[in-house]
Amino acid sequence: MNIFQQELKNNNFVCSSCQKCNKLVWPPSDFCNSCFGSVTWRQVTKTAKLVEFSSRGNEVFCIAEFESSIRIMGSIQNASNLKIGQPLTLVKCDFDGKEKFILEPAV
Amino acid sequence: MRKVGIAASGLTEFSKNDSSLESLMLSSIKPIFDDTENLSQNDIDVVLTSTNANDKYLANIISELSGISPRVAHSVESLCNSGTNGIVSAYSYIASGLADVALVVGAEKKDSPGLVLEWDQSRGQYTHPIYWSSMFASAHMRKYGTTLEDIAYVGAKNHRNAMSNPYAYFKKMFSIDDIMESKPLTETLRLLDCSMPCNGAASVLLASDEIIKKFTDMPIWITGIGQKSISAGFTKNDELTSMTSTVKSSVDAYGMAGKKANEVDVAELHDAFSVCEIIELEDLGFTPKGLGSSYVRNLYDTNDKKINPRGGLIGSGHPLGATGIAQTIEIFQQLQGNAKKRQVDGAKTGLVHNMSAASTSSTVLILES
Repeated sequence: MNIFQQELKNNNFVCSSCQKCNKLVWPPSDFCNSCFGSVTWRQVTKTAKLVEFSSRGNEVFCIAEFESSIRIMGSIQNASNLKIGQPLTLVKCDFDGKEKFILEPAV
Repeated sequence: MRKVGIAASGLTEFSKNDSSLESLMLSSIKPIFDDTENLSQNDIDVVLTSTNANDKYLANIISELSGISPRVAHSVESLCNSGTNGIVSAYSYIASGLADVALVVGAEKKDSPGLVLEWDQSRGQYTHPIYWSSMFASAHMRKYGTTLEDIAYVGAKNHRNAMSNPYAYFKKMFSIDDIMESKPLTETLRLLDCSMPCNGAASVLLASDEIIKKFTDMPIWITGIGQKSISAGFTKNDELTSMTSTVKSSVDAYGMAGKKANEVDVAELHDAFSVCEIIELEDLGFTPKGLGSSYVRNLYDTNDKKINPRGGLIGSGHPLGATGIAQTIEIFQQLQGNAKKRQVDGAKTGLVHNMSAASTSSTVLILES
């Protein structure tokens, strides 16, 4: 596991951030994909925006956007009357061989 | 740059019959040597193998097994558009003058390691391609009112076309109802909306205009090439009702050929999932945005084979590294007037669209007789 995956397993969603230009570097990398500066790790906000969603049986899956830059696929629990663009909250993340992100509609 | 054409081609049946990757490749090379007068192994300067298999030194192995000692031999891997990437590389060797004749061989096995891009952390636990295609389908349905029945028309059309393709994976017609009632995989995707991984191989022989007449009286010229990679990760697709890499690569390909979409007589589109064809018809300029579904319905209702005459990936199967080459062979045969029951009458200009990994990269080729 790399640092990103270890932190996910600790229920902590972190991303690399450039120490030179402060850009969030997604996906996590050792160098900034804008200026090749060195990176450090920082926590990503818990709030996200719903970009798109569908479902498989009772499981709703989606693309969620964090901090206007990081888009990931995750599941939505307690989903009803979802609207594109609505706020979501990251309630849990994990790593069990695959990255897992569990979200729910923000209150 | 020198003019480059396709001189000959070879295919295997796409199937789940077990066979080694080398055997598949050789089986598609054999018809090129069997059917091309004046071609000997000594003519071939470049051998490129397109596959996602982890086999090492494959182009050199295939060269040795074919009795070829080329100047250049290497593999080309780019997931699902490995095949057309191989063709573009071979084109470049010839156009630049580094080579005169190139053999491009694509093949894949049904359990290819290229079926899922494990690197893409942005997909989370949803690594299987059905999830990205569901996101495109949901977005297109929401914005343009596309329905599940619209999407079923793509599969019904392409399965019907595949019945005239002796190399196709599927040997059976599927009706709109069959597709509508096939196993639901997600809210916006059914089993028969998906192309099937399978075993298969396809080969083409490319040559410069100075030498190609030695091999054929009917060369088909590659007159336009566009390629674009926007990212590797699926979620960098900002707009889910469109495929940005497809739009950009088609602009370059049309520009290089001096052609417009309305001048294309026949086209092979990368329908990894049925909804992809609807979006690609719009992105390639065959119809305005939002009208891809009605364009497909009209093709189906009029039995028009202009789009995916060999049955697309949906009807033909999808052996990843072979797919782009098989698509190119279809257009090659169409422009030569040799496509038999699949023939689009009078086709002079054709287009190949081949893409990878949720359309994070695309290749568009324009071919002319």
